[in-house]
Amino acid sequence: MRPEDILVPTPSGVCCKPGGFHIDPTRPVERALITHGHSDHARAGHGEVLATQETLDIMRLRYGDNFARRTQAIRYGEPLAIDGVTVSFHPAGHVLGSAQIKVEQDGLRIVASGDYKDVADPTCAPFELVPCDVFITEATFGLPVFRHSEPLHEIGKLLKSVALFPERAHLVGAYSLGKAQRVIAMLRQAGYDQTIYLHGAMEKITQYYVSRGIALGPLELVRGAKKPDLAGTITLCPPSANKDLWTRRFPDPLTCFASGWMRVRARARQGGTELPLVISDHADWNGLTKTIAATGASEIWVTHGQEDALVHWATQRGLKARPLAIVGYGDEEEHEAEAQVKTGDGEA
Amino acid sequence: MNRFADLLDRLAYEPARNNKLRLMTDYFRRTEDPERGYALAALTSALSFQHAKAGMIRALIAERADPVLFELSYDYVGDLSETVALMWPADPNHRPNAIPTLSDVVETLSTLGKAQLPAQLARWLDALDETGRWALLKLVTGGLRVGVSARLAKTAAAALGDKDPNEVEIVWPGLAPPYLDLFAWLEGRADAPANRDPAPFRPAMLAHAVDEPDLAALDPQDFVAEWKWDGTRIQAVSGIGEDGQHVARLYSRTGEDISKSFPELLDVLRIPAAIDGELLILRDGRVQSFNVLQQRLNRKAVTAKLIADFPAHIRAYDLLMLDGQDLRDRPFAERRDKLADFIERLNTPRIDLSALVLFSTWPELIAARADPAQTGAGEDAEAVEGVMLKRRDAAYVPGRPKGLWWKWKRDPMIVDAVLMYAQRGHGKRSSFYSDYTFGVWNAANELVPVGKAYFGFTDEELKQIDRFVRRNTVDRFGPVREVVHDGDTGLVLEVAFEGLQRSSRHKSGLAMRFPRINRLRWDKPPREADRLDTLETMLQRIERGRGGQPAAANASLPKPH
Repeated sequence: MRPEDILVPTPSGVCCKPGGFHIDPTRPVERALITHGHSDHARAGHGEVLATQETLDIMRLRYGDNFARRTQAIRYGEPLAIDGVTVSFHPAGHVLGSAQIKVEQDGLRIVASGDYKDVADPTCAPFELVPCDVFITEATFGLPVFRHSEPLHEIGKLLKSVALFPERAHLVGAYSLGKAQRVIAMLRQAGYDQTIYLHGAMEKITQYYVSRGIALGPLELVRGAKKPDLAGTITLCPPSANKDLWTRRFPDPLTCFASGWMRVRARARQGGTELPLVISDHADWNGLTKTIAATGASEIWVTHGQEDALVHWATQRGLKARPLAIVGYGDEEEHEAEAQVKTGDGEA
Repeated sequence: MNRFADLLDRLAYEPARNNKLRLMTDYFRRTEDPERGYALAALTSALSFQHAKAGMIRALIAERADPVLFELSYDYVGDLSETVALMWPADPNHRPNAIPTLSDVVETLSTLGKAQLPAQLARWLDALDETGRWALLKLVTGGLRVGVSARLAKTAAAALGDKDPNEVEIVWPGLAPPYLDLFAWLEGRADAPANRDPAPFRPAMLAHAVDEPDLAALDPQDFVAEWKWDGTRIQAVSGIGEDGQHVARLYSRTGEDISKSFPELLDVLRIPAAIDGELLILRDGRVQSFNVLQQRLNRKAVTAKLIADFPAHIRAYDLLMLDGQDLRDRPFAERRDKLADFIERLNTPRIDLSALVLFSTWPELIAARADPAQTGAGEDAEAVEGVMLKRRDAAYVPGRPKGLWWKWKRDPMIVDAVLMYAQRGHGKRSSFYSDYTFGVWNAANELVPVGKAYFGFTDEELKQIDRFVRRNTVDRFGPVREVVHDGDTGLVLEVAFEGLQRSSRHKSGLAMRFPRINRLRWDKPPREADRLDTLETMLQRIERGRGGQPAAANASLPKPH
């Protein structure tokens, strides 16, 4: 049996013919297994959706109650038989509820990891290594130049700047699902106990995180705050808001951006970022290569990002590796901005 | 090294001058000697050691990294040093047990032989993190390029002791890295370091701007007028050192030592004195335009040919010291007499006296300013950028004292141009489209960009332009928006500028000097904006040396405000 008999890569996602389902399809399908709630992976309009409870909740928050005809929640580690194949979901460490999906038939194990990271995150279950024969990996940061900093060091940079410029408002651009809550949780870990302000687009998801028992401390919406009161404060907002008229309500705003992309200067400068924070929810180069090796997989499929370098690396190691040309996965930023417009949770 | 690297990292992204100052002052306050002194030396380009070349950096990474992965990475990042800093794989068998300090790096580099440099660099790269490696490579390849001038770094150090930057400038020539005596003084632990330099810089006296209506409040009898020459303000100083050696130096207006760039001037400064004057290029006795001077200023290597093609000249305005005597407390009229005698004694064609503009009433001065060619400046009129008014009884006061010196610039050139592109600003302006590229019509009736301006408008006007840009965007390129600009719709900007020169870097072939937005012409359809011919005519007048007239006369006439 070949892996392709179980899972076939198609331009709109990976399809399991024997099980009759797709994983993270980029167009509406009859049956979808969803790894996590980011809008490039979780789309509305499928017939049936199988995902973790958190991912289903997040999809409901963003797309409304009727985002699919039928939904089914699955717990981490729970095996489920679908027409002769067995699937199970395992923590991916990416955002709350994120999962890798293992698909198994006749002893051949394929893991579709969605997006993942192998470093600590106080807002979600830690990444679980799932041994397999074929590992499907992302490659968002699949170049050796991407090695993320110790995240608490980056948080320290932010706090130092807040102390040095107490009359300015620090605006931290962060994806509204996952990154924003992680940054808040790490600020709390670092001992910052002041009120943290939120852009309206962050409100629903952040409240959801809190309702799942993730302690984020005192939070307030920017909407109700007076300009002078925002001096010396930290506000989380979608990255795109930092370029927006919205920033005019802040005293002398200092634009920060929490993202793995901030590792590269040209990229940070292009967006006009004044304080780049290298904090990522994706595995960096070391994380990708270490994970690939540790799964024991002899075959690697690379879904999106810098495929060339990762495929080259795997091939050099004697692994069989190929890029999958799936259209539509990528930078959360663009897709997240889209999601906000669609669901109307942006702030005027 | 880590703290210095973090500082450079912040400075590289911080656009605002005041914030850069605060970042540096904070660093100097929190960092101990000698580390902070070497940082100050790095920021003021006062370190000298053999720099590493790009080829050496490439060779280093080739030993450690897969060539395919390096090429893919370099292609993505676009900068060699940054690529190497980011992807450098530490040697797992040789984990250094200490992170090098900036002092370690500087002190080692100053004695290291060229052959040992690659291995030493590799050891340091192994020990540092991404930001540390980036800073190290910037340091060893020369040129930090984080938007900090030597003057700004000294200003930040001065702020540590609430000192005026000029006070630091005065003692600076006698100091050397790591500046322990400087910091001791700034922190109030010691007296100011003695400046034993026989030819030190003395902080310059600067003028306030004045305009015609302001003259009514002044008595013409109290003042002397001179041409304001369009060159570079300098101070030329010479003296005898403790060892009996003659020392001559040339300083910029802010006290930077620029002696190396003008060796021919040092040779003629034989008498111990300090002259305040204007650096000009003279060819056959004629003052060349600022454009010509700039061609020499831009050149790094000073060759015999450069000196012959661009002969430097000092037009002397003032005399601060003579034969060991400080004249700064004396009235201007007395200093000027001494200056005239001194120039005669020097007797060199490279230094002459700035001529007076004679007048006894303000209307006479107004007429002179309007036509320098006919009132004494003659063929050099193009290099006159206005008149200076100096009180006869004024002492030479460092800084910009009120009421003693006035500068009255000639009217700027003005054109009506059409807004083509707008770019978002930084900091306070990060949500505003505040940098504007504007164009004029060419012969084919297309708009060609002729310049870029980001000041001159009020906050209220900025909001109006920003609104216009957001509502009239036709295309986007990253932070840049292209706005509608055809014959009927678009925004006409009245642009004022101080000069024009030819430029191969611009599509229009022209570059403006100090362009700024003078006025918004909401009333004017873009079709009626100026044409490239108009600018070309202005430029030809400048090149023929008769362009001293404000351009308003041959472009659109200035409208009443």
